[in-house]
Amino acid sequence: MDAIILQIMNGLDKGSAYALIALGLTLIFGTLGVVNFAHGALFMIGAFCAVTISRILALSHQIIDESKTDFLGNPLKVDVPYVYEWFGSNVGDAIIDWAVPISIVFTIPVMIFLGVIMERGLIKYFYKRPHADQILVTFGLAIVLQEIIKYFFGANPIPTPAPSAFVGSFDFGALVGFDTNQIIYPYWRLVYFLFSAIVIAAVFAFLQFTTFGMVVRAGMADRETVGLLGINIDRKFTIMFGLAAAVAGLAGVMYTPINSPNYHMGMDFLVLSFVVVVVGGMGSLPGAVLAGFLLGVLQSFASMAVIIDLIPGINQVIIYLVAIIILLTRPRGLMGQKGVMED
Amino acid sequence: MSKSDVTRRGILQGGAIASAGFAVPTIFSANRASAFTNEPTGSTATLGFNVPQTGPYADEGADELRAYKLAVEHLNGEGDGGMMNTFSSKALNGNGILGKKVEYVTGDTQTKSDAARASAKSMIEKDGAVMITGGSSSGVAVAVQALCQEAGVIFMAGLTHSNDTTGKDKRANGFRHFFNSYMSGAALAPVLRNAYGDDRKAYHLTADYNWGYTTEEAVRSSTEALGWETVNAVKTPLTETDFSSYIAPVLQSGADVLVLNHYGGNMVNSLTNAVQFGLRDKEVNSKNFEIVVPLYSRLMAKGAGANVKGILGSTNWHWSLQDEGSKAFVRSFGTKYGNPPSQAAHTCYVQALLYADAVERAGSFNPCAVVEALEGFYFDGMGNGPTLYRAKDHQCFKDVLVVKGKENPSNEFDLLEVVEITPVLQVIYPDDHPQFSGGALGTCNSGA
Repeated sequence: MDAIILQIMNGLDKGSAYALIALGLTLIFGTLGVVNFAHGALFMIGAFCAVTISRILALSHQIIDESKTDFLGNPLKVDVPYVYEWFGSNVGDAIIDWAVPISIVFTIPVMIFLGVIMERGLIKYFYKRPHADQILVTFGLAIVLQEIIKYFFGANPIPTPAPSAFVGSFDFGALVGFDTNQIIYPYWRLVYFLFSAIVIAAVFAFLQFTTFGMVVRAGMADRETVGLLGINIDRKFTIMFGLAAAVAGLAGVMYTPINSPNYHMGMDFLVLSFVVVVVGGMGSLPGAVLAGFLLGVLQSFASMAVIIDLIPGINQVIIYLVAIIILLTRPRGLMGQKGVMED
Repeated sequence: MSKSDVTRRGILQGGAIASAGFAVPTIFSANRASAFTNEPTGSTATLGFNVPQTGPYADEGADELRAYKLAVEHLNGEGDGGMMNTFSSKALNGNGILGKKVEYVTGDTQTKSDAARASAKSMIEKDGAVMITGGSSSGVAVAVQALCQEAGVIFMAGLTHSNDTTGKDKRANGFRHFFNSYMSGAALAPVLRNAYGDDRKAYHLTADYNWGYTTEEAVRSSTEALGWETVNAVKTPLTETDFSSYIAPVLQSGADVLVLNHYGGNMVNSLTNAVQFGLRDKEVNSKNFEIVVPLYSRLMAKGAGANVKGILGSTNWHWSLQDEGSKAFVRSFGTKYGNPPSQAAHTCYVQALLYADAVERAGSFNPCAVVEALEGFYFDGMGNGPTLYRAKDHQCFKDVLVVKGKENPSNEFDLLEVVEITPVLQVIYPDDHPQFSGGALGTCNSGA
């Protein structure tokens, strides 16, 4: 029982990342009808926003410490962050320590701007082109973006730790009556799960309870009619692209303490996220979220040693296997509706 | 008295013509006898540096390339000479190799076997490389080694740690200076016993490919020989990025040690995840929970950040070593590039010098002559203490370093500290050891 609870919890944080990326993918597909293979790259760029902000906050000048030597035996150059001088070492330390959460504030406008630039500068020229062309151009864009990141940040992962208050784990099992050390869960993964839930709820609330959201939903259902009402639906969809980019970016920022970001991390998530979208139902936002969590949990279960022993290799194919089964039994996915995104 | 037609000038002229007449065919026949793939005939000799320039190990590849460029400088008599000054063999004198200036071409392995073979093939066929060296993966090393064997050029492996490179996949034209999985296990086991005792339960997470298997096998057999019990060993996909599903059940298994048979991005992520789950703060079986990383790399340790603190592993070489060879190399490399060399850079630099030295001692670039010069070659002054290139499998035998993530690094490069230099006699094994069984070295191929 404790093993099952443990894997469900693991699956929830993994599913959170899938759900956030798939939510953005669905927003773009549902509004603009574009299959955006660069969406994983937006997740990666969000993560590197956190890396960049961490580095900016830790910007330093060097002083020579004669009492120590570097690897060549020369007097050691010690980095002194400017925030130490401006705010004192205690506040300076706290600012650097909280770099990842602080990055959120900067990442949202950066990602919205990047999303709008992407849509206006490139993707809008492919609206009337076949999906294959859209896939090729967005996949090419993803490669360009990741190579740019690699040029500036290198190929190695860059550690970007969580604030020290959230380092470590708590014994969930002991809280609910199991033996100690049976169900442990890292604090930051809990934060990630809660953060994802808040972002998802905010996106749904935005679409459900605002006039802007109502227009967008109407446009997703019948773009032509909304346009005939005199509403500039293209502009609203451009903003939605920016919003989807921001959601992916936020998922990336908060993911950095879980795994050190590297230029390839977007690609690692992209294919799985597409499967999530298809399983959830093309164009269905609740479907994307539900499928994200469902597949995350299933993937966790498939990684259990006892399951791998029973069916070797199941951990590598479970998501695709589930996708095949669901598409065979429910061709429109879990929550896809008839007529939506169908010719 | 009859006048003789024989004059001194005539004899000299005749002798010269006769000598030339005999000599010409001799030169031709000698040429035919020693003809081999890409024999350098001009004033230069071209080496092929096949390193990952793109892909996940691009930073490691960049460091390898920096080391090779430094080696070329030193071979051509530029710079401070680096380890050429401390190398026990004095055949190299800074005038290239056999008087030919050393030039190089580079290829990108992408850390993919097919791409690595294609780039090596291109360097051999189009650029005339007489030797191929480099790489950051055992899969690549095995693939390129086989290609070089077929092509008739020497392959001096870069970073490759799988037993198979000089085990079942060994080739006569291939040589490995880097240590291997068996040596890691043999070096780590006594240190682990001293640090953590001989009553431990180990849980292995193993990258699901050749290197992972040989490393797991080596560490398991070494630790089980100490009395440790292996409670589980789980294969993880090479493409996995989030290891939480694999790490979470570790504590439930009753294990008190987690062995991460991972390298590169896998190692960074699995170690980060393990520390996130607080494994190192736990007490299991009345003992502190411990994590072991059999193969450490400073570049990878940097990616894992503070998570490496206090974690034991092994490495081929470390820049903090204080022998004359290491100091000379670190000074040379650090002055030129501003950072200390990685273990990948070290092994590549050494391999380039060892090849050049073997050619000098053999007096020929002929791969078979080079093989003969390297087989059983015993040397010192290259940073690892006295070292033997064993003839039977072309594996270098030398001391192995056991390192630990440093608790209080004094600078960004100061991530690992050497806790023990395991003597070579403790890590040597017979060439027919079960972990290296299968395959045959075969005979050298010069391409003739």
